[in-house]
Amino acid sequence: MSIEVNGKTLETDEEGYLSNLNEWEPEVANIMAKLDDAELNENHWEVINFLREYYEEYQIAPAVRVLTKAIGKKLGKDKGNSKYLYELFPYGPGKQACKYAGLPKPTGCV
Amino acid sequence: MPMLHTVNKSPFERGALESCVRLAIKGSSVLLIEDGIYGATKGTTASDMVENAMKDLDFYVLGSDLKARGVDEGRLIDGITVVDYSGFVKLAVDNDKVQAWL
Amino acid sequence: MSDTKKFLFVNRKAPYGTIYAWESLEVILISAAFEQDVSLVFVDDGVFQIAKGQDTSDLGIKNFSPTYNALGDYDINKIYIEKESLEARGLTVDDLLKLTYEDEDDDWAEKDSIHVVSSAELVEIMDQQDVVLSF
Repeated sequence: MSIEVNGKTLETDEEGYLSNLNEWEPEVANIMAKLDDAELNENHWEVINFLREYYEEYQIAPAVRVLTKAIGKKLGKDKGNSKYLYELFPYGPGKQACKYAGLPKPTGCV
Repeated sequence: MPMLHTVNKSPFERGALESCVRLAIKGSSVLLIEDGIYGATKGTTASDMVENAMKDLDFYVLGSDLKARGVDEGRLIDGITVVDYSGFVKLAVDNDKVQAWL
Repeated sequence: MSDTKKFLFVNRKAPYGTIYAWESLEVILISAAFEQDVSLVFVDDGVFQIAKGQDTSDLGIKNFSPTYNALGDYDINKIYIEKESLEARGLTVDDLLKLTYEDEDDDWAEKDSIHVVSSAELVEIMDQQDVVLSF
């Protein structure tokens, strides 16, 4: 599978995750969201950027529980809860946000 | 005739390095690679064996494998030479035979 | 909490030379999602997994040592290193990653996750577990 971004063809796996995370650019997230009939606002981007920073530091995508706690610590309690994160990413904050961020699916996520 | 021996196993887990130094002919070169690089560090239960063997054998260690495993060159036994990939190739070319101790 | 079990992961292999270290780390992260009581032990060449200063850029393979720093976030904060294994390899605790966690019950104070223990102490720790997984 693949997606078209800015005239380039980027390879994805069978679930739509980017095969090579170095190929990510912000437009990747916008196009993936469009395929899900969603549009990204700044709240989405806060989470996407957080995930990319987390991956950069720890080389993994965090489990949802870990993500929720860490978001709460960084962005405030009103955002560090699963209701808020599931409203932003109804397919699951781990799965959907990691996909948009160009990361692999979180370890332990099925 | 002296030759090049490569060892890619940790001396704490396998006997590859011990067998190599026991069976290598005098004047041979021993290149430690992959998990074998742990055999090049001082102050371990394997250091005495390596220091003894250095009377008859030249020891080399692959720098990239040290770096990957976080082993600082300051922890190496004195007299062991760090080589890069082209040094690895040169050792292989300079010796008629290469034996890999797996 | 009656269905919480004490899980111990025993790590005995050096990283990169074989796949065991990475496989173990993945299973550890997965197990944390099930909110079990997880402890880790590093013995024999396993102590090399948490050596600091790892840089695999020349090898073209993933350096997964930064991931151990995330274990605190996963509430994995009981990490035991066998003293005898360190000594046999010419290492001290200063050669290892500084792994910490934030204690929720103590105003999020940062605390050490790593405990250097003797073989005799490790015997006791292993004896207290419900499940032991070996890598």
